[in-house]
Amino acid sequence: MGEAIAFYVLAALILGFAVLVVSTRNTVHSVLYLVLNFLAVAALYVMLTAQFLAVIQVLVYAGGIVVLYLFVVMLVNLKRPPEDHSAPQRKSWVGAGLGLLVLGELGGIVAYGRLAPAVSPMQNTDLAINNVERVGMLLYTDYLIPFEVASILLLVAMVGAIILAKREL
Amino acid sequence: MLLSAALFIIGVVGVMIRRNIIVIFMSIELILNAVNINLIAFSYQLQNGIGQVFAIFVIAVAAAEAAVGLGIILAFYRNKETINIDEMTVMRW
Repeated sequence: MGEAIAFYVLAALILGFAVLVVSTRNTVHSVLYLVLNFLAVAALYVMLTAQFLAVIQVLVYAGGIVVLYLFVVMLVNLKRPPEDHSAPQRKSWVGAGLGLLVLGELGGIVAYGRLAPAVSPMQNTDLAINNVERVGMLLYTDYLIPFEVASILLLVAMVGAIILAKREL
Repeated sequence: MLLSAALFIIGVVGVMIRRNIIVIFMSIELILNAVNINLIAFSYQLQNGIGQVFAIFVIAVAAAEAAVGLGIILAFYRNKETINIDEMTVMRW
């Protein structure tokens, strides 16, 4: 019961901060709401027995990516007038329509899932107790090649970002 | 699942309706987060660690994407002095 209450509180926090991220006028505030959103998601990960992922989320997202965003906002966005909402090419109804379309599709999936028998969560808590060990074992045995490819991807992205951000190409 | 779906939809709508490219990038991060929540929820439901491994990969790719994307934004801003995507028509023919 307490777990359900915690889940709903976290869900409300996540969704509320997500709405604020998208709807706030000030980009800096938007980034700060994004931090809070990521922290709430990390708490949700802990509830879902993914402690390692929660730590990674806080370090990489709330620590790294958000600082990157703040740097760019500070470099780019100073003294800008607020967004012009009467621009002639704005097609926000297209966005809203597509959002509704996706919403309908997901609603269909949920309705379909209600018909199917629900899978009850198994009460094996091995993943909760030895979380880092289990994930590390999988990562370095079955998923070793994707892991190395991901490292190469990060290296390429780092080099690419440095080259793009150089003064003269 | 519903939480993940709702977060995904907020991200999609954010991509569609905002005209500030930085906010659009943040919406993309929201979408990736929704995917991660889904992966981890299934990992919990099935007591299988593979979902968490994939979530790690998603986070790595998101970090790479953010770095490169923000580099592109900076380079573009230096040339055009704008971050409004309605004015980003260099690639349009």
